[in-house]
Amino acid sequence: MIESHLPILQIVVPLMAAPVCILLRRRALAWGWAALTCCLSLGISVHLLRRVLDEGTIVYALGSWGAPWGIEYRIDPVNAFILLLVTAIGAVVIFYAPASVARELSEVRGSLFYATFLLCYTGLLGIAITGDVFNLFVFLEISSLSSYALISLGSNRRALTASYQYLVMGTVGATFYVIGVGLLYMVTGTLNMADLAAQLKPEILASRTVLTAFAFLSLGLSLKLALFPLHLWLPNAYAYAPSVVTAFLAATATKVSVYVYIRFFYTIFGTGYTFDTLRLDCFIVPLALVGIVVASLAAIFQTDIKRMLAYSSVAQIGYMMLGIGLMSVTGLTATLVHLFNHALMKGALFLVMGCVVYRMGSANLTDMRGLGRQMPFTMAAFVLAGLSLIGVPLTVGFISKWYLVLAAIERGWWPVAVLVLLASLLAVIYIWRVVEVAYFQKPAAEDVPAVEAPLSMLIPMWVLVGATLYFGVSSSFTSGVARRGAELLMGVGP
Amino acid sequence: MSALPGLYNYWIVIFLMMTGLFIVISRRNLIKKMVGLSIFQTSVFLLYISMGKITGGTAPIVAGPDTVYSNALPHVLILTAIVVGIATTALGMAIIVRIHEAYGTIEEDEILSQDLQQ
Repeated sequence: MIESHLPILQIVVPLMAAPVCILLRRRALAWGWAALTCCLSLGISVHLLRRVLDEGTIVYALGSWGAPWGIEYRIDPVNAFILLLVTAIGAVVIFYAPASVARELSEVRGSLFYATFLLCYTGLLGIAITGDVFNLFVFLEISSLSSYALISLGSNRRALTASYQYLVMGTVGATFYVIGVGLLYMVTGTLNMADLAAQLKPEILASRTVLTAFAFLSLGLSLKLALFPLHLWLPNAYAYAPSVVTAFLAATATKVSVYVYIRFFYTIFGTGYTFDTLRLDCFIVPLALVGIVVASLAAIFQTDIKRMLAYSSVAQIGYMMLGIGLMSVTGLTATLVHLFNHALMKGALFLVMGCVVYRMGSANLTDMRGLGRQMPFTMAAFVLAGLSLIGVPLTVGFISKWYLVLAAIERGWWPVAVLVLLASLLAVIYIWRVVEVAYFQKPAAEDVPAVEAPLSMLIPMWVLVGATLYFGVSSSFTSGVARRGAELLMGVGP
Repeated sequence: MSALPGLYNYWIVIFLMMTGLFIVISRRNLIKKMVGLSIFQTSVFLLYISMGKITGGTAPIVAGPDTVYSNALPHVLILTAIVVGIATTALGMAIIVRIHEAYGTIEEDEILSQDLQQ
C-alpha cells in the first residue's frame, strides 16, 4: 500500500519536515529531526532506484489525476540516479553539519538553518522527480530561494552581496525558463514532459515559436547550471556560503540543473531537433572546452581555497556539458557518471575545507601552512579527493574522464580528447599548490597548534572519500545505471 | 501590418520585458535592480494571461452549451508565478536590508570599492 506512494513521499516527507524544524526551536532537536528525514529520504530513493532498475519506469499520478491534465511523477533510471545522488549527499552533509553549523552560525539561526536546508533539499528532489515542466519551475524556485537564503548566512559580509548577485542571475534564469515553457504551451497546449515530447511533431517544431522557446530555455538553464560564461554568480556564492551549504550545493544544485538540461534537449525536444536541425552541439562544445581551460586557469590563481574549488566546479561542469554535446550513448554515460562522481569528490573537498575553516577560521592558502602534520586525516582526505579531481586511476575521476575520452575518440574528435587530458594537468597544478603548502611549509603559528577536526565531521567526510575510492575501483554500479539512462535518453536499447 | 494592433498586448509584453532586463543590467542601485527584476517578471505574467484569453470568452464557469470560455490554466499558473515573484522580491529586499547594515550603502560600486579596500 505505502509502497505505491513512495514517489510522492520522496517529496512530501522533507517538505512537511521543514516547518516542523522551525516549531522544534532547539537546534539539537531540529538537527535530529532533519537527520531522520534525510535518512528516510535516502531509504526511499534507494528503494525507488531498485524498483526502476527491476521493473522499468514508474509513473505516479498526483491525486489520481491522470496525465496530461494532472501532474505526474515519472521516474526512470536517469532521475532515480539523480534522486539517489541528492539524498546520499544530503544524508552525509546532515551528519557533518552540527559541529560546523555550531561554529559558523549562531544559536538563534540553528533551527531555521535546518528548515531552510530541508526546503532546498525538497526543491532539488522535486526538480528531479517531476514529469511536469511547470511543476519543475515551482521546485526550481523553492530550491533557488532557499539556497539564496542559505548562502546569505555566511559569516563574511561578502556572502550577502554574493547571495544578492545569485538571486538576480538566478531569477533572470528561472524567468527565461518560464517564458520558454509558456511559448511551448502556446503551441502544444500541454505541460507534461512525455506529452510535450509526443506533441512536438516535425511540423510544429518548424514554427518560430518553438525556436524562441528553445532559445529561452537553453539560455535560462545554462544560467542555472553555470555554463561558462554564465558562471559569474558561482565562485562568490560558493566561496562565502557556510561550509556545509557550499558542500551541499556544490555537490547537488548544478548537477540537478544539468539533469534538467538533458531532460529538455534529449527527451522533450529530441536529439533530431536539438542536434541535427539546430546544432546545439556547435554551441555547447566550444563553450564547454573554453570553460574547462579558462576556469581551471582561474582556479590556479586563487588564494581562497573554497573559491579555487568553486572555479574548479565551473571547469567540471564543462566536462559534463561536453558529454552532452558529444551526443552519443558513451558521451551521455560520461556526463551521468561524472554528475555522480563529481558530486562525491567535490562534496568531499568542500567538507575538507569545512574542517579547515572550523579549526583555522578561514580557507586562505596561507592559513593552511603545515596543516598536513597538524590535521593529518583532514589533509589526507584532501589529497585523495584531489587525486580524484585530477583523474588518477583507482579514483572516480578516472572513470569519468575515461568515458569522456572514449566518447570523444568514438566521434573522431581527437583534439577534444587531448584537450580533456591537458586540462587534467591544470588540475594537478591547483591541487599541488595546496598539497605543497600543507605538507612542505612550516605552520604559521607554532605556539597555537591546530588539532584535528572533531570525529563527527571526520567520519562523514571520510565516507565520501571512501566512496570516491570505492566507485573508482568498482564502477559497475555507476556506469551500469548511467549507461541504461543514456540508452533510454538516446532512444536505443531496451 | 494588421498584426500590429491585433497583437498589441504582446508588444507591451516585449516592451516591459526589455525595460525590466535593461534596468537589471544597467542600474547600479540594488533597489532599482529589484524594481527592474519585478517588471521583468510581470511581463511574463502578462504573456501567460494573454495567451489564455479568447476574444469574447468568459470565465470558465458552466453557463450554457454555446458559451465561449477562456483557458483558465495559464491564469492559474500565473497565480503560482506571482507568489514566487513576491517571495523573490521579499527575499531580495531582506538581503538588501542586511547589505545596508553591513556596508552602509546600497550602491553596487561603493560596495565593490569597500570590498577592494579590505
